[in-house]
Amino acid sequence: MLYFLQQLINGLTLGMMYGLIAIGYSMVYGIIGMINFAHGEIYMIGAFISIIAFLLLGVLGVTWIPLALLLVLLIAMAFTAAYGWTVERLAYRPLRGSFRLAPLISAIGMSIFLQNYVQLLQGANVKAVPPIITGGWILAEQDGFAVRISNVQIMIILLTLVLMAIFSWIIANTPLGRAQRACEQDLKMAALCGVNVDRTISLTFVMGAALAAVAGLMATLYYGVVDFFIGFLAGIKAFTAAVLGGIGSIPGAMLGGLLLGLVEAFWSGYFTTEYKDVAAFSILVIVLIFLPTGLLGKPEIEKV
Amino acid sequence: MNAPLLEVEHLTMRFGGLVAVDDLSFTAMDQRITAIIGPNGAGKTTVFNCLTGFYRPTVGRLTFHGRFGPVLLEREDGFRIPRHGIARTFQNIRLFAHMTALENLVVAQHNHLMRASGYTVLGLFGWKGYRAAERAAIERARYWLDRMGLLARADWDAGSLPYGEQRKLEIARAMCTQPKLLCLDEPAAGLNPRETAELAELLVEIRDREQIGILLIEHDMSMVMRISDQIIVLDYGRKIAEGTPEQIRTDPVVIKAYLGEAEDEELPEEVREDLARLGGGA
Repeated sequence: MLYFLQQLINGLTLGMMYGLIAIGYSMVYGIIGMINFAHGEIYMIGAFISIIAFLLLGVLGVTWIPLALLLVLLIAMAFTAAYGWTVERLAYRPLRGSFRLAPLISAIGMSIFLQNYVQLLQGANVKAVPPIITGGWILAEQDGFAVRISNVQIMIILLTLVLMAIFSWIIANTPLGRAQRACEQDLKMAALCGVNVDRTISLTFVMGAALAAVAGLMATLYYGVVDFFIGFLAGIKAFTAAVLGGIGSIPGAMLGGLLLGLVEAFWSGYFTTEYKDVAAFSILVIVLIFLPTGLLGKPEIEKV
Repeated sequence: MNAPLLEVEHLTMRFGGLVAVDDLSFTAMDQRITAIIGPNGAGKTTVFNCLTGFYRPTVGRLTFHGRFGPVLLEREDGFRIPRHGIARTFQNIRLFAHMTALENLVVAQHNHLMRASGYTVLGLFGWKGYRAAERAAIERARYWLDRMGLLARADWDAGSLPYGEQRKLEIARAMCTQPKLLCLDEPAAGLNPRETAELAELLVEIRDREQIGILLIEHDMSMVMRISDQIIVLDYGRKIAEGTPEQIRTDPVVIKAYLGEAEDEELPEEVREDLARLGGGA
């Protein structure tokens, strides 16, 4: 039972990070119907920017951890958002209105480009970060087995919940959110209502990238190691999460992320760690076969 | 009052070898209802698509005397056209089906709200100007819902409204962009006679009370003849006639191209003789 609880905590932590990345996939798909395969790389860049920001703040002498964390969070979100914006502007917008496969191919190219760009600039070595947030709590103890939740895990879960709340509020209540929902349903009609469709799409990429940056920062803190290749696996897993939840649906992306994180954690805990990716991607295949619209996705209705 | 609102000069739209609109010129006056009629495929909707930035005309100049003075529509980005004061509805209804009726009308006031919200950043912090603007937007939305008799439906998903009400909501949404010219593409399609009569009344009321021009594509001739101030008849992309309802009703060219073709007894004399001879020979 305690072991189960421990895996639950680990799975939730992992799932929150997947969910944050998955939202970026889902929002972009919702609006322009394309899978942004460079999104995993955006997450990786977010992780690198976090490390650089930590080092810089260290040099500048900002040592009070809460302040440093807050600054790193803001810096990572801002710079990664700029990357997201640039990628959309350079690689996708010129191809809008082109055939459906074109932006997808462009996205794969962008993904390879970003990986190599970071590899060249930062080197191929694994970058290690000393633990910044330390300590934790023991929730229960029995027969020498303790259920622990570390402060990093608490931070990840709380920060994700807060961001999700802010984010849902933006989508539901602000003009930008309304414009995004309008664009999601009918791009041309939205333009006729005076919505600047190109800008709305850009801002969608910016929002998705900012959330991926937060996930990147969390991964840096949680695992303590980062390299130029982490975006690939995380990206594909987040994509799986988005499909599982129903691509295009934002609550679905979060739910899919959580479920995927839990599956991975329980699989690793009760079966074998080596096969956890097999379990994760089997879900992708099964969902695509039996539930193509995902858990919360809307069935595609033919427009006449 | 009788100033020109929209001047279309030599508008031509070609799709490959097909000429959908051929050298069309006309002027729509402010505070007047201008109807565009013609058989199916005459190019009426193509004209609308050129006006609202969906198509870039092959040839032609579209001068609109909009909110900020005259503007050449063929040079504008689609999303800027509503700002100058053109709104439109569609033959097949294009509401945001998964948003509520009220939200549909608030989206139509997007420009205004975005500016008031400082492009959302300030809006996030509950800036006063934004809150006032949002209240005004909701107020305007409720006013139009009320005028269309849809106030009780404010929180329904637009997609779940009955057909006739969706038509009304689409007009209400167009009006929420505060246009100077309202372009309606077959607003009476699918409405029953009573609803059509109500619609006709509504359009006249909008023209007189909001003091805007209306450009109307419609197949329901009784409605067109009753409410239009000016009618333009298209056939195969060309303008074949223009005038008041009385002039159009009696124009032989129009009757031949459009009104006459449905009714057998109005066949030209020679044809009837030919037919009679054929019958006699058999």
